[in-house]
Amino acid sequence: QNDGYRTLSLSGHVGFGSLPDQLVKKSIKQGFCFNILCIGETGSGKSTLINSLFNTSFDDSVSTHFLPNVRLRAQTYELRENNVLLKLTVVNTVGFGDQINKEDSYQPIVDYIDAQFEAYLQEELKIKRSLFSYHDTRIHACVYFISPTGHSLKTLDLLTMKSLDSKVNIIPIIGKADSISKTELQKFKNKIMSELVSNGVHIYQFPTDDETVSKINTIMNGHLPFAVVGSMEEVKIGNKMVRARQYPWGIVQVENENHCDFVKLREMLISTNMEDLREQTHARHYELYRRCRLEEMGFRDIGPENKPVSLQEVYEAKRHEFYLELQRKEEEMRQQFVQRVKEKEAILKEAEQQVQTKFEHRMLMHREVKLKLEKQKKVLEDEIAMFIEKKANAELLQSQASVSTPVVSLKRDKDRK
Amino acid sequence: CQLFGYVGIEAVLDQMKIKTMKTGFEFNIMVVGQSGLGKSTMVNTLFKSKVSRKASQPGQEERIPKTVQLQSVTHVIEEKGVKMKLTVTDTPGFGDQINNENCWDPIIKYINEQYERYLREEILITRKRKIPDTRVHGCVYFVPPTGHWLRPLDLEFMRRLSKIVNVVPVIAKADTLTLEERAEFKQRIQEDLKTHAISVYPQEDFDQDPDDRALNDRIREKIPFAVVGADQEHQVNGKRVLGRKTKWGIIEVENPAHCEFPLLRDLLIRSHLQDLKDITHNVHYESYRVRRLNES
Repeated sequence: QNDGYRTLSLSGHVGFGSLPDQLVKKSIKQGFCFNILCIGETGSGKSTLINSLFNTSFDDSVSTHFLPNVRLRAQTYELRENNVLLKLTVVNTVGFGDQINKEDSYQPIVDYIDAQFEAYLQEELKIKRSLFSYHDTRIHACVYFISPTGHSLKTLDLLTMKSLDSKVNIIPIIGKADSISKTELQKFKNKIMSELVSNGVHIYQFPTDDETVSKINTIMNGHLPFAVVGSMEEVKIGNKMVRARQYPWGIVQVENENHCDFVKLREMLISTNMEDLREQTHARHYELYRRCRLEEMGFRDIGPENKPVSLQEVYEAKRHEFYLELQRKEEEMRQQFVQRVKEKEAILKEAEQQVQTKFEHRMLMHREVKLKLEKQKKVLEDEIAMFIEKKANAELLQSQASVSTPVVSLKRDKDRK
Repeated sequence: CQLFGYVGIEAVLDQMKIKTMKTGFEFNIMVVGQSGLGKSTMVNTLFKSKVSRKASQPGQEERIPKTVQLQSVTHVIEEKGVKMKLTVTDTPGFGDQINNENCWDPIIKYINEQYERYLREEILITRKRKIPDTRVHGCVYFVPPTGHWLRPLDLEFMRRLSKIVNVVPVIAKADTLTLEERAEFKQRIQEDLKTHAISVYPQEDFDQDPDDRALNDRIREKIPFAVVGADQEHQVNGKRVLGRKTKWGIIEVENPAHCEFPLLRDLLIRSHLQDLKDITHNVHYESYRVRRLNES
């Protein structure tokens, strides 16, 4: 345990016994992140249970049963108890188990979990990174709601849990457990656990290696899956108001350990093992994801001649890949740009063409109208000329006539007429 | 959101404490200064046990090496159930030569080597659950008690090192200065540091909130601490105290009226140990990583 270093005894009080407190003080300031994923069919009691667990009412609207595919809805809340700040994110699966064809039901969930790992990995791989202020969205606990049929697990349950057990800590629970009788419940629990084992599904085991918690955790491991009932309504029992569900035949008390395992779930999830859940997520599930992903990207710890790959090569490779990607994107953008320019050019050319045609048409019309008008002008000019001629002739005749006869009176008569 | 009743979130604090006590802590401290300034004694006094290099190699003749040589000694100490793996790195030969140019280079090289080691472990595909941490969390620099100003060597060293590691300067063998001389010396040192833009621990830039700033401002007013080291006990007023016995009196090391050793101990161990580690990890290590990954 001491790696071969000498152990020295202290001759007086040094003071580093306060180290855990220093660490805790810092964590209080920064706050904790805890992310829970609830998987369960619509109406299995997910929202009510989360509200009951954290003793608060998260605003959540009731979902419909008619969604075409499974979607995940994440909401983050800040809870404060004394001076501990908890950033709680609850992710709900909306529409899980509602579709007629459920083949792809679990894929969006797997994708979501992977996406959170990916986001963390990307931050970790950045050159300039800020991990200590990073808001951790990786799922620390997956609460899986099993329907209280009383018989066995559904195929969808097995498939989903199998696809998730290497990515997240799965805590299976039986929701709305007040519909199962006590005798049926134990049989149901045994059936579920044996089915999980026979199908090779690894659910989260409460840790038993630390003496302070191993006893209680071992007992709790034996009670899995927890049969829970949730309620935000209060009923008066004796002289206290307790959270319960009231039926004509009795009152199911949420926090009564004889009625359901709610208290056990709350204790295991929050009071006893929250830190372990977070650590398992980071040290086991995330490391597995990271390893697979880095190998996928082409990184290796040992090079082709079995010599360790140098740091330079690792980052050079990534930088090269990034550079190629950048070039490809640049090229793509350039192509797109050229394409757009061409399209725009074509449009403009066509528009120009149209304008030109219109212009020529109008020119033509203008010429025609001009010609027409000139013709009319000519005709009028001719008429004017003729009229002037006539007038001149008339005046001539008049002047000739006035000399011989008094045409004036005739003219005046004519005028009068 | 408002909580309607007890949930038990607080319990996560206990869970963390249990976990950290199980895994234990690592702390790496480096002491730098000319020979004869009391570095080894100081470290032994701080950790109330013989953790220094000299103590682990008894009987070796003290000879000033021709170049700066770094020597690390690791011990495991335990207090109140908390196990600490303490590594003390000593730098014999620093500032002892006639020509001390670049005597800080081996030290800078050592510090960067530890960052490199950590980086390599971090970058592996299959990496250890707990990466062994050999990075220097604090570097205590011993300033000789001349009473005048910082010497060029002091300035050069602190300027370079404060960029890559937490530097805590102390006035060594402060029992040769009177209280007034100490105050003036400190004042001049603080001015010197400001003029040369040397940022020693606790650095102003890393104060996280007003409470932090207030606390650290009070510490910054007193830096560098005037310290005296002693590993022998004497009888004073019926009590056994650690101190130096001279003809004119006994200098009690842990008496705040005599010297500022308690302040140094409180800073390094009782209040800011975790902070020293955090700043090393979040700031200095990250800077090293950025530099390293940017060079091709």
